[in-house]
Amino acid sequence: MPTTYQFFNIENLSISFGGLMAVDKVGFVVEQGSIFSIIGPNGAGKTTIFNCISGLYRPDSGKINFSGEDIIGLKPHTIARLGIARTFQNIELFSRMTTMENLMLGRHIHMKTGIWSGATFYRRGSRAAQDEIKHREHVEEIIDLLDLQAARNQFVGGLPYGTQKLIELGRALALEPKLLLLDEPSAGMNSEEKQDLIFWIKDIQDELGVTILLIEHDMKLIMDISDRILAINFGKPIMEGTPAEVQKHPEVLKAYLGED
Amino acid sequence: MDMKRDYYEDIQLLDSRILWFWFIMLVASLAIFPFLAPNYYIYMANYMAIHVIVTVGLNILVGYTGQISLGHAGFFAIGAYGTVLSMTALHLPFPIALLAGAFIAAFFGFILGLPALRLEGPYLAIATLGFGMAITQVIGRWQVFGGRMGIEAPDLSIGSYILESDRQLYFLIVTVAFLLTLAARNLMKTRVGRAFIAIRDSDIAAETMGVNLTFYKTLAFAVSAFYAGIAGGLMAFLLGFINPSSFNFILSIYFLAFVIVGGLGSIFGSIMGGVFMTWLMLTLDKVQELPYLGSILITFSERWMNLTGLPNIASIIFGLIVVLLVVFEPLGLYGFWIRTKIYWKTWPF
Repeated sequence: MPTTYQFFNIENLSISFGGLMAVDKVGFVVEQGSIFSIIGPNGAGKTTIFNCISGLYRPDSGKINFSGEDIIGLKPHTIARLGIARTFQNIELFSRMTTMENLMLGRHIHMKTGIWSGATFYRRGSRAAQDEIKHREHVEEIIDLLDLQAARNQFVGGLPYGTQKLIELGRALALEPKLLLLDEPSAGMNSEEKQDLIFWIKDIQDELGVTILLIEHDMKLIMDISDRILAINFGKPIMEGTPAEVQKHPEVLKAYLGED
Repeated sequence: MDMKRDYYEDIQLLDSRILWFWFIMLVASLAIFPFLAPNYYIYMANYMAIHVIVTVGLNILVGYTGQISLGHAGFFAIGAYGTVLSMTALHLPFPIALLAGAFIAAFFGFILGLPALRLEGPYLAIATLGFGMAITQVIGRWQVFGGRMGIEAPDLSIGSYILESDRQLYFLIVTVAFLLTLAARNLMKTRVGRAFIAIRDSDIAAETMGVNLTFYKTLAFAVSAFYAGIAGGLMAFLLGFINPSSFNFILSIYFLAFVIVGGLGSIFGSIMGGVFMTWLMLTLDKVQELPYLGSILITFSERWMNLTGLPNIASIIFGLIVVLLVVFEPLGLYGFWIRTKIYWKTWPF
């Protein structure tokens, strides 16, 4: 048991699928306000860890503590309400909604309109209209922050891949998370878009004070922005440390470059 | 389009003067219609309005939330019997009885929504189909419901005002349909509707964004059943008499066809679907009265089918039109509407 208060930590997390240990006794501590990255080859179990955190999978054993509470066993929507938002490796946007509506859905937990006030919204002064207007202001700020003006009223299904990735990031931000899980945010982006992404992630950390947990394959991006890095392979942790330490570690090099 | 000055102008229903104009024209023509049209067309309009209510409700479930129901005739029946029995047995006044019937339907909708949490696609279709068929069976066996013989709808009065003719019914039914359609549109544009659509497009993303799947899926079923319940309650008075066979499972299929022909995930499409398909149904019943074609069809029917082949002919033509519509415009009538609009906007280019 940790004796001091910790923002987020995982202890001995394990989950197996039909005899395959997807995640095997993984544990780490994330400092509030930092960027913590998880790296590893394909199939190493990175996304599985994210799915355990957001409540989509239930781990076989271990603990996930967020703000002093064990969140294992909670439903995904409850975990979202605690302030954990995420993006997905293979985009999970609401494709037949516009960018605006996608981001507004991100405000879901903060809004109050229920079925009755929603159905009877006819005037400017009505509760639902006020609710919509108030939260739209917040969403417009995110649209400005991520430069999404051009996509605002377009259906997201037809937008370029990089833009869709950004909208997913925006939707997660709209939830006002304390902890943000980004699953390969730069996949499918060109180098210019990646540069922008680095700035935005930095902005989110510095200005919004959001703690970020990152899965990424782009080593340059990882080394640029991470405070700490955990490398895993076959579900097992290889090592954890600062970017400089991880870069030099022989096991990490082996996992990435193969044995000679 | 006019310049928008604040966010409200972006979300309001009628965001330009032209739309206001058409809206007022629509209300005015709906109000004048029963004074000009012959009685049969008023009856048909009532039928259409009731089907619009069901279609809008079913579209909330199928088109917006991405669930399926092949049992909506069951909710329709619950609404009809619930309303009539609340009036005859419990002596409730009509408006309260209508709401009671609809809320009972909504409650059953909630119950049917529970298996929907685990079932998807074809499995859910079968579960709801079973529900719809069970409802008519139960109603047919119980003497309280009049058994197979059915029951008669009591006199309809609101306060001291008695509604007897189709024209008087028209004002009741069309007003209710109008308000419920407006309510559905508003609901889909605000928080609850967005949660429904989110579940349809990606339920995993929806729940990780804080949408309670259990709550919203069952809510979608309940709302949808509520609409069907109201429609059923009104239908009892339009027909004047209800029996279990008025709510067989073919009716559920028809309802689903209304939604798909109108356009999945569109309130305006639901209106078009309900109106057009009702017109088609009622008109095809009289297909033999058509000049030339009618007699050909009758000969055809007597030659190749049995003597009572006429309903078959009507069904075949109905089916053919539905198939052609869906093949050529998957978005349904709403798709046609969108294309026409774009055509006129860009004309003559």
